[in-house]
Amino acid sequence: MLGYVIKRILLMFPTMIGMSIIAFFIIQLPPGDYLTSVLAMMADSGQTVDPAEIARMRQVYGLDDPMIVQYWKWISGILLRGDFGYSFEWGRPVSELIWDRMGATLGVSVAALVFVWAVSLPIGIYSAVRRHSFGDHFFTFFGFLGLAIPNFILALVLMFVSYKYFGQSVGGLFSPEYIGAPWSWGRVGDMLTHLWIPVVVVGTSGTAALIRILRANLTDELSKPYVITARAKGLPEYQVIMRYPVRIALNPFISAIGWVLPQLVSGVTITAIVLNLPTAGPLLVRALVSQDMYLAGSFILLMGILTLVGMLISDLLLAALDPRIRFT
Amino acid sequence: MTDAFPPQPAAHMSRPTMASTPSAPETGPAISPLRPGDDPSKIAVAGQWELIWHKFIRNKVAVAAGCVVLLFYFIALFAEFLAPGLPSTAQPRFTYAPPQPIAFFVTDDTGARSWLPHVKGYTMSVDPASLRRSFVVDPDSVVPVGLFVRGASYDLWGLFPTDRHLFGPLDPTQPMNLLGTDRLGRDLLTRLIYGTRISMSIGLIGVVSSLIIGVVLGALSGYYGGWVDLSVQRLIEVISAMPMIPLWLGLAAAIPVTWSPLSVYFIITLIVSLLAWTSLAREVRGRFFSLRDEDFVTAAILDGSSQRRVIFRHILPSLTSHILAVVTLAIPTMIVAETALSFLGIGLKAPVVSWGVLLQDAQNIRTVATAPWLLVWPAGAVVVTVLAFNFLGDGMRDAADPYET
Repeated sequence: MLGYVIKRILLMFPTMIGMSIIAFFIIQLPPGDYLTSVLAMMADSGQTVDPAEIARMRQVYGLDDPMIVQYWKWISGILLRGDFGYSFEWGRPVSELIWDRMGATLGVSVAALVFVWAVSLPIGIYSAVRRHSFGDHFFTFFGFLGLAIPNFILALVLMFVSYKYFGQSVGGLFSPEYIGAPWSWGRVGDMLTHLWIPVVVVGTSGTAALIRILRANLTDELSKPYVITARAKGLPEYQVIMRYPVRIALNPFISAIGWVLPQLVSGVTITAIVLNLPTAGPLLVRALVSQDMYLAGSFILLMGILTLVGMLISDLLLAALDPRIRFT
Repeated sequence: MTDAFPPQPAAHMSRPTMASTPSAPETGPAISPLRPGDDPSKIAVAGQWELIWHKFIRNKVAVAAGCVVLLFYFIALFAEFLAPGLPSTAQPRFTYAPPQPIAFFVTDDTGARSWLPHVKGYTMSVDPASLRRSFVVDPDSVVPVGLFVRGASYDLWGLFPTDRHLFGPLDPTQPMNLLGTDRLGRDLLTRLIYGTRISMSIGLIGVVSSLIIGVVLGALSGYYGGWVDLSVQRLIEVISAMPMIPLWLGLAAAIPVTWSPLSVYFIITLIVSLLAWTSLAREVRGRFFSLRDEDFVTAAILDGSSQRRVIFRHILPSLTSHILAVVTLAIPTMIVAETALSFLGIGLKAPVVSWGVLLQDAQNIRTVATAPWLLVWPAGAVVVTVLAFNFLGDGMRDAADPYET
């Protein structure tokens, strides 16, 4: 097991480096560089800048260095000093801006993951055990609908419905009186009343996918001889299903962290923009529109790392649960 | 390493009636593409594509979905003719005007009903408090409409100048907004039809380019193996681990604002396909490896076929149906991606009309509350398209291997 863990963690590093290269590439993509933006800002406010001064600043910031040197400076700043660069739209270091937002993104994503599990497990088992029943077709239909409706459209529709018929606006994570307030039970409760909409919106497509997978896996298991044996020796139907087939069919639930998490983080990004949640999404789009590239690049890098860590956790859990995986 | 996807369930909703069909006397193999009344000797000599076709058309849901998809492409192809107006024609007199219902008979003063297809006109009222103008449909005012009417002139496909429209008001100065208008008084139906062209074609072009990227990279990695295979696999892994939407946003935001709409259109297509090729490449590669051990491939190799002949004459043809199914399932992802990007204001931008650009108008919840049609119709179009492609793709995947039980 230890060998597997070490191998798995080592394998993560090339992927991580690849992600950081992509993030750096996106930072470099817009025409002009950091200094061009600063100069444009100074020119806007009516200051004139001496050409010699510009040349000196280029030297200081290392903007004439080859790409690889610039990449090294950027990534080593992050790794050694936690310095993600400077956001010139906000006039503050990026690291001051991102952590709250990333925390909220992580929170909503994890809540959505829990929702996905909690909903798809009973429905998946029901659909597999009562195949072709009315309930099965009902859930299958809703599953297809859930897969087909893009997150942001679902968010818009829910917002519209609650605005139109319940007369409340559902944006944000907190009611106005709780924004910036210290944590208390009231605040947690208030957050929960706001949280369910983004969680449902983001979780729906993952739930639908997981129900389909669980139904297919469990159907395969249920027709195997050991299930017949269990029935034949007189086990109650409940135990026949829950003891072995469900446990085996559960593997995709663990591995779901790996492939649902990127979807969830993606989904949270766009849903948060529609619902105006204080997660990374709205800030990322704002940064991209104003080409505040260090901020945007840091978000993209951190979201990538977040899913990567999720995948690592899911692989390790899977190996811990299923010896077939760690020994091959 | 995170190949956690179990093989997708191929059969779920497609054949729900199988279990309940009364059992007929068993003849021949349990699963046969034969329909009752078919001539068995004909099936015995049918080619692979014929068998696939037979299996496909038995799936009614998939066939219906296929018809919907074809209908949408038909609309996209003849958008100028089918739309009653031009997408950029603003009617400042009718901003946020509600949809006008169609009726076919009018009753005159004497009470006699006569045949006259028409839509109802509008009356305007001004809210004295907010000074906002609002329009209501006036059941007494009648705007006659007809088929093949003359209206705004356009060039069909940029080639044939004409002013015929499939339907529209007989008097072009009269309003006809079957789905309502937006904040500039532009007809939503017209814009939706023009948007169909952009949105549907982005899916098609995007999937073709990602298929090319996927097949080329997959072939390279399969042919050379070694470090090429390793780095392509790493690349796929990195890209599929990235959350898609932030990455799309990052790439799309770098498009210079000075670019022409056409180049933006192509670059967006490229961005969308750049990140979707990974699943295609993975699927093709996986199928390739599983087919490599089949008997007919071994036979071909033993017959002395060259590697190229084995790949292109033997393996690829038996992959084509699978690739088609995968490609069909990839198109809706691209349509949604474009819609999402445009909705956020980073993808396609106005003068260009796509479903995402239309949904941009629905960003403000207050606007939607006064003009719900701005959300309902474009969102409905996206959802129906995605559903249709999914059902069609599922049906194609089920039919892709006609010998499978």
